[in-house]
Amino acid sequence: MADVELAHADHATSTGLSSTKLAMWLFLASECMLFGGLITAYMLYRGKSTTGPYPEDVFDIGYTSVSSFVLLASSLTMVLSHNAALARDYARMRLWLVATAMLGLTFVGGQVFEFTTFYKEDQLAITTNLFGSSFFTLTGFHGVHVTVGVLMLLICVVLSFRGSLGEDPAFSVEMVGLYWHFVDIVWIVIFTLVYLIPTSHALQPPPT
Amino acid sequence: MSLDPQTQERPAASAPHAAHTEYHPSTREYVRVGLILFALTCIEVALSYSSISGAKLIALLLSCTVIKFLMVVAYFMHLKFDNGRFSRLFALGAIGAFTLYVVVLLTFNVWSRVS
Repeated sequence: MADVELAHADHATSTGLSSTKLAMWLFLASECMLFGGLITAYMLYRGKSTTGPYPEDVFDIGYTSVSSFVLLASSLTMVLSHNAALARDYARMRLWLVATAMLGLTFVGGQVFEFTTFYKEDQLAITTNLFGSSFFTLTGFHGVHVTVGVLMLLICVVLSFRGSLGEDPAFSVEMVGLYWHFVDIVWIVIFTLVYLIPTSHALQPPPT
Repeated sequence: MSLDPQTQERPAASAPHAAHTEYHPSTREYVRVGLILFALTCIEVALSYSSISGAKLIALLLSCTVIKFLMVVAYFMHLKFDNGRFSRLFALGAIGAFTLYVVVLLTFNVWSRVS
């Protein structure tokens, strides 16, 4: 398959780089700090809850793994959408954008279901204990970011249908894609640090 | 390969991206990267169910996570093929976040409880 190459049309800048792209990367760098702080807070409070429920009581690794696969798949459909835009196949670009948005909605729906289960069946709320506070804050922030990403994707689809996705639709899709992939890499870190690495409660040997 | 007619008409000095073309992986390459990410996630989940525990488990899980993180950033976010200044800008935020993470956790001796 032929590799796709292009040259972006852009305004002249003193750096020789696209200001839009530079601003997006600067924004993502600042988002790294935001999630770095939230993840640090979660890790700091890990295993320090004096009352349950504890992470190992509520987490369903199988269920969350499926959510992770869904978000990974959405990153793949996102780059396929960008490739279609580069090839000026805008119908296919819209198709992949809608697929990405649907996968994102599936992830958010799964998160809402997970939160509801934790609240109703495990009596874990944001004020229950340190684990609840840090967990819901971290994953809730991430869920909001995914929701914003879904809205951006759907706006791209609507603008594309109206023919107003900018002079270079591939560039617009690339910018939305950068945000979407960032949301994915944040989840990659959260999935491991929050769900897969057991807490000190779980690491302790069972009483004899 | 497609060049925007507007870009071709501009002088190179006034259009920063007209002078060079960016490489973008093909669909097949993207699917290959996606499959590797899928496989790494399967390994992570399998590790969490395995008999491996303690620091060894954490080291293995974090290794998989770092590889997945770098693959998405390099291929899906195109940093491998894009201008190096974007990479440095993002690295600034990522390293800053990681430094914050390590300093705070070391300050409160969090890792001493997991050994």
